[in-house]
Amino acid sequence: MEQPLELESDDDLTDSEESVYSGLEDSGSDSTNSSAAEEEEEEEDEGEQEEPSNGAAPKVKGAPRKSKALGADPPLKDSEGLSVPDEYEEDSSDEEDIRNTVGNIPMEWYQDFPHIGYDLEGKRIYKPIRNKDELDKFLEKMENPDYWRTVQDKMTGADIKLTDEQVDLVHRLQKGQFGDVHFNPYEPAIDFFTHEVMIHPVTNRPADKRSFIPSLIEKEKVSKLVHAIKMGWIKPRKPKEDTPTYYDLWAHEDPNSILGRHKMHVPAPKMKLPGHEESYNPPPEYLLSEEEKLAWEQQEPAERRLNFVPQQYRCLRAVPGYPRFIHERFERCLDLYLCPRQRKMRVNVDPEDLIPKLPKPRDLQPFPTTQALVYRGHSSLVRCLSVSPSGQWLASGSDDGTVRFWEVCTARCMKTLPVGGVVKSIAWNPNPTICLVAVCVEQSVLLVNPCLGDKLLYGATDQVLESYVPPEEERVQPVQWVTATSEEHSRGIRLTVQHSKALKQVTWHGKGDYFATVVADNSNMQVLIHQTSKRWSQNPFRKSKGLVQCVLFHPIRPYFFVATQRYVRVYNLLKQELTKKLMANCKWVSSMAIHPAGTDGGAGTVPKVMCGVHPVMDVPFPPPGDNVICGSYDSKLAWFDLDLSTRPYQLLRHHRKALRSVAFHKHYPLFASGSDDGTVIVCHGMVYNDLLQNPLLVPVKVLKGHTLTMDLGVLDVVFHPTQPWVFSSGADGTVRLYT
Amino acid sequence: MGGLEKKKYQRGSATNYITRNKARKKLQLSLPDFRRLCILKGIYPHEPRHKKKVNKGSTAARTFYLLKDIKFLLHEPIVNKFREYKIFVRKLRKAYGKSEWGTAERLKDNKPTYKLDHIVKERYPTFVDALRDLDDALSMCFLFSTFPRTGKCHVQTIQLCRRLAVEFLNYVIASRSLRKVFLSIKGIYYQAEVLGQPITWITPYAFAHDHPTDVDYRVMATFTEFYTTLLGFVNFRLYHSLNLHYPPKIDGQAEVEVKPAEGKEYAMDSESYLEKLSALSASLARVVAPTQEDDVEMDEFPVEGETAEQMDARRKEQEALEKHKKLFEGLRFFLNREVPREPLAFVIRCFGGQVSWDKSLCIGATYDVSDPSITHQIVDRPRVEQQVVGRYYLQPQWVFDSVNAKLCLPVADYFPGVLLPPHLSPFVTEQEGDYIPPEKLKLLAMQRGEDPGEETEEEEEEEEEEEEDDNDKDEEEEEEDESEKEEEIKLKKMEEQKAQSNKALPVKVTAGKVRLEDKQRLEQEQQSEEKRLAIMMMKKREKYLYKKIMFGKKRKIREANKLAAKRKAHDTALKEEKKKTKKARRA
Repeated sequence: MEQPLELESDDDLTDSEESVYSGLEDSGSDSTNSSAAEEEEEEEDEGEQEEPSNGAAPKVKGAPRKSKALGADPPLKDSEGLSVPDEYEEDSSDEEDIRNTVGNIPMEWYQDFPHIGYDLEGKRIYKPIRNKDELDKFLEKMENPDYWRTVQDKMTGADIKLTDEQVDLVHRLQKGQFGDVHFNPYEPAIDFFTHEVMIHPVTNRPADKRSFIPSLIEKEKVSKLVHAIKMGWIKPRKPKEDTPTYYDLWAHEDPNSILGRHKMHVPAPKMKLPGHEESYNPPPEYLLSEEEKLAWEQQEPAERRLNFVPQQYRCLRAVPGYPRFIHERFERCLDLYLCPRQRKMRVNVDPEDLIPKLPKPRDLQPFPTTQALVYRGHSSLVRCLSVSPSGQWLASGSDDGTVRFWEVCTARCMKTLPVGGVVKSIAWNPNPTICLVAVCVEQSVLLVNPCLGDKLLYGATDQVLESYVPPEEERVQPVQWVTATSEEHSRGIRLTVQHSKALKQVTWHGKGDYFATVVADNSNMQVLIHQTSKRWSQNPFRKSKGLVQCVLFHPIRPYFFVATQRYVRVYNLLKQELTKKLMANCKWVSSMAIHPAGTDGGAGTVPKVMCGVHPVMDVPFPPPGDNVICGSYDSKLAWFDLDLSTRPYQLLRHHRKALRSVAFHKHYPLFASGSDDGTVIVCHGMVYNDLLQNPLLVPVKVLKGHTLTMDLGVLDVVFHPTQPWVFSSGADGTVRLYT
Repeated sequence: MGGLEKKKYQRGSATNYITRNKARKKLQLSLPDFRRLCILKGIYPHEPRHKKKVNKGSTAARTFYLLKDIKFLLHEPIVNKFREYKIFVRKLRKAYGKSEWGTAERLKDNKPTYKLDHIVKERYPTFVDALRDLDDALSMCFLFSTFPRTGKCHVQTIQLCRRLAVEFLNYVIASRSLRKVFLSIKGIYYQAEVLGQPITWITPYAFAHDHPTDVDYRVMATFTEFYTTLLGFVNFRLYHSLNLHYPPKIDGQAEVEVKPAEGKEYAMDSESYLEKLSALSASLARVVAPTQEDDVEMDEFPVEGETAEQMDARRKEQEALEKHKKLFEGLRFFLNREVPREPLAFVIRCFGGQVSWDKSLCIGATYDVSDPSITHQIVDRPRVEQQVVGRYYLQPQWVFDSVNAKLCLPVADYFPGVLLPPHLSPFVTEQEGDYIPPEKLKLLAMQRGEDPGEETEEEEEEEEEEEEDDNDKDEEEEEEDESEKEEEIKLKKMEEQKAQSNKALPVKVTAGKVRLEDKQRLEQEQQSEEKRLAIMMMKKREKYLYKKIMFGKKRKIREANKLAAKRKAHDTALKEEKKKTKKARRA
């Protein structure tokens, strides 16, 4: 610890000394070894010097040598001599108390020990015994006049009484004064460099040479700047514009200055003006109730009709700042520059004008308007209906395995014919001279003579049937014709045509001799045409064109309509070719009807005669069969005008559910459709003789009455042959007559 | 076949539109620069009529600009300024990086700037066009003028916005063109009519904004840059149309009044000037001193095709307008320190009233609270301790409601501490079938010159009282004797029996009536059925449209009914409560 201090003091004192000495001093200041080395060197020197002298005046030589060595020594000695008293003068705090050797450490480390450090010999210094309790302390405080200046020395644990000077020092330091009493912090300042020009220079230093010579570096810089200015890299400062910021911009409004672009301009719509609900004190009805508030919170922010919750404040002072104000302005900004604009014409239509002007239903009478009769008796859903050509009798087939014959006017069930199976289809022979009903039961068609009405008539029918003479050679037939047994005969069944598969539909030709059946099967044997008088059947199609839904004969011409799922094909039976293919524009055709054109069904006319002849001139009504309606399971009704195109002339979407059946009236311009929604819609369908005038279709009545059972409503619809009445059969097991 | 085959999407609408990215590439601009350019030039995307065609068969969501718009941007001088600015920033950064302070200073001196004058002129070829588009500009300037002077945007911008906004307010005062005011929960809406154009703007309530983080202030700043230019030019023109100095000067005599009496320097000259102006209490100096001859009546030229009635109506409207403008003429207002000073001072001054406030509140106070000539003092505290006789103490809503009603409303509803009547929006014009709140009905009646409001109220009160009296009497009777009650019951039973016997006898009369009704109903039913059937025959597209229209109508009706029902429920609840309190008071 002492050495570096000593060296420092050395340095201070021996400023002028050369570095050699200081180096020497550094290498060995107080080591004896180095002095020994010096002595050796000295000896070597002696040796060298001895050789040239060769023993001449050795003492003389010795003297300078000695003096040399001495000359080197004295400064060293001096320095040592000077530093010796310094060592004691210096009063470092480190050396003040050398009794404790722990060094400059926090004394708390010794708190828990009985000793407080170690003395020079390594022995513990014990803490002075302090057995003063609080009372002693207090007494001391009271009695000892120097108590206030007694301080405990942390290093030794001993109490020290501060002297007056020390107390003064503490006071001064506490006040923020300098520790030294004699130090004056506010000595008068002496300005060496004042603003006054002196006659003498402050320094006596002669001016540098460079102050007389132009600077090369500056020259280079200037030339660079000049070059930059010349090249236009540095531009002179722009003159301040003195034009006023605002002036009359529209002083010369030139209407021609409107650019063409302004024609395409779509001005931004103005912000919506606030309504009552935005008021700080709105009428109470505009405030949201609890549920509305909840609903508002759950809505997406984009979906909300109001972008704020209406609120009521008692007075203007209570109104807070709106937290989304900046947001809303920002959104407006975004709308202005980001939102694509398009000019949209607001539809300013009176909704009443959109409703088409149709003739009033009142002017289109007669048509059925009210439910007149209900024919009850069937225990299950009534699938099919048929009216006798005279219009006196009604036959209905049901899922309960019976066919019932009703008198139309009285709703009396005249006859019940159990057939032992679900009756899928029933058809009364359209020839008024023959009293025969074809009934589809499972795999066979029963030809039934209901024995109703004129006895002559049904007797004649029986005679006709019995007069059949089987041909000599049996022809191969797809079906079997079986005459009824006597038991069956008594029930009215005359003939049974047994098919190989279940049947779907049976329909008569207008003349009453031929009838066609549809088999529920996807083969080429789906459609069969039978002749009653000759009791033979044939298959008109060689290939299957899809699942056949229903078939119909043209009322007068030798045409045959076959409806598959999506198309209606019209075949010419004479030429044996496809005439037309109608696109029904629907998914699944359910039923079909042909416009009979008001004549008496063409029952008496012969297809052969009519073929190829256009009887336009002599028929007051339009040619029959030019208009076809198709009902479909996707609740559409398609009206085809065969003269116009193979696509529907009109698609009517009146029903809400699948259509089950459609029907035309024989005389009146009416057609009806029955649907699963339990309604029958009667429409006026006027077909004009003039080919240029399109048919007029007007719905005239929605008839309700059937109750929905098993999601089924009306299953079949049939018009009365002469009266404007319509029969409907429903899934609720009833048949209803509307007149 | 002759000629080249035309490729798809090389003609027609596909060539008229350009996507944003392509437009940006064509202009050689970065996205922020493109955005700024679009904002400044007012270019916006267009929605093509056949989006798929324009989008070359794709249905991806894209924004399309008109190709013509983009071509028009190609020649914009500002685009070059943008590029220059980009270069400037690059050079400056370089200079700073090399610690060449001198270069940096020199660059800063030559900082490229641009002016938007020509863009304003181009976007708004006529002054009326500019006025039409002033709504957003004003709202934005008013918002920016409330921003704190630190952060977010340049202090100069804020100061400029404040100046322009105050100038506009002063113009509105000078021209008396304010028409409607509305205190909403979002802020205060004002509507002024300047040169026949309605201009609506909104100012926020004077509170510090908590600045949202999801708002791009650069976009708003760009808009504001344009809007301040626009508003400055508009202000200039408007001031000159009224022969006022621009920049505005406070009228000589008014200036003396405005000067603080102590003669102390209030603030720096430039600042105090703006503050004096924004005090809105002094009128502005005119270039030409106004003379009385200015009020010469305008000659009337009958417009062709206009009947006398129409002319009369027009004249009446004009008179009503003049009257509305002088609504507060001759009234002296004093604003207490708790009411918002600026909006109220603005509104009152717009309608010719005089207004003052506490001297310590703001510069520009013209008279003291103790002034005996004060007619109305606007107060927004539950009660006033020391009331001076001879003036009304009113809540601030009175001023706004009166302005909207175009007449000074009866003051009784607006006394301090009183439950205020609802504040209705003046922007709503009810059409037929809309719900009209009862307060509005009352107001309309009052405007027509009738005074049914109070009468009905009185009547209502009377009725209520009567009802209450009846009730009370009933109760009393009930309490008094129950024997009477029994007798009454007996009598009632007798009467009922009589009535029944009466009913049984004259069968024919009732039958006749019923049939009459039936006829009407039948007719109606038939008509409705006809309509239903006709609707069935509608074409698909028309039916869709019809259903949409009918849905909208029905919804409107439903909403109106809902509001009416709510109001009714509220009123009955209120009545019940009133009765209860009255009873309690009586008890």
